[in-house]
Amino acid sequence: MAPTAAASAAAHRMIGRLLPLAGFAALVALLYLGFTLRDPTLLPSALIAQPFPRFDLPILGGSGQRATEADLQGAPRLVNVWATWCPTCLAEHAELTRIGAETGLSIIGINYKDDAAEAIAWLARHGDPYQFNVVDADGDLGVELGVYGAPETFLVDAAGIIRHKRVGEVNPAVWENEIAPAWRNLAATP
Amino acid sequence: MNRAKRGAAAALLALAQAASPASPVDGFELEDAAMAERYQALIGEFRCPKCLNESLASSGAPIAADLRRTVRRLIADGADDAAIRVHLQQRYGDFILYDPPLRPSTWALWFAPLALALLAAALLRRAGARRRAPPLSEAERAAVERFVERRG
Repeated sequence: MAPTAAASAAAHRMIGRLLPLAGFAALVALLYLGFTLRDPTLLPSALIAQPFPRFDLPILGGSGQRATEADLQGAPRLVNVWATWCPTCLAEHAELTRIGAETGLSIIGINYKDDAAEAIAWLARHGDPYQFNVVDADGDLGVELGVYGAPETFLVDAAGIIRHKRVGEVNPAVWENEIAPAWRNLAATP
Repeated sequence: MNRAKRGAAAALLALAQAASPASPVDGFELEDAAMAERYQALIGEFRCPKCLNESLASSGAPIAADLRRTVRRLIADGADDAAIRVHLQQRYGDFILYDPPLRPSTWALWFAPLALALLAAALLRRAGARRRAPPLSEAERAAVERFVERRG
């Protein structure tokens, strides 16, 4: 056999030996990305750029007054789905209070599958950053919003279109990196 | 069977019945048998958004109960199965469907197995071709014959 042919055969064998290793490395990389980059409990929202769903629900502590989706329009709002049974809702309460007090973005609450009396007491105890709360006692508005766990927070523009959704706690980092930029974006493109 | 054992068996049976999916748990029935059948089929077809690997039928999560109630209401309102699928998909995304639609974002999901099978077939063919011995040259054939004759 000529030397070049021998060398090429050796190279061939080398490739044949490395190929399974390369395949294995590719599989490891794929699984690494699949299991780490994306939180499997985080669902992409189907409602971005959709109008806020229609609703007609009683206002929490409002002696019979009701609110509809029309009450959200006119200015950008943060719509926060919360409940007294939800520990993360308490964890994010301080940040929501800060946002409501300092940024000028108004916050509407959806009291989700909760006891109204307990919710009123909870707000009295921890402070009330909400312009108003609607009572979604049986979770039907939650289903309309694709809610699968509280807290969830929606940024709704002045026309009542959902622009951003946050599943889970709103903390200063989430506000800074996610919600505030989306809100500024609304102001930039009216 | 003694009494304690029989009691335990009865308790287990009751538990099994209580844990069996759907309508008894939610405390409602659709009077119409055909509607009830559709309801059972549909809630087996959707995935509970909170629990990742359970259908609406098998999940005990509160959100699954809410979605079962939604499905039942839509059936009672006269929506057909396709409209109900679209209704839930519009709110919860493709995630809720155990049978994901074919679209650019799901191409990898649908076609990766086929691509892998083709790749495997090509690799196997190559491996097989390499293992097959190359044909003998004239000189080699003569050598073999000489060898065999000497032996025989």
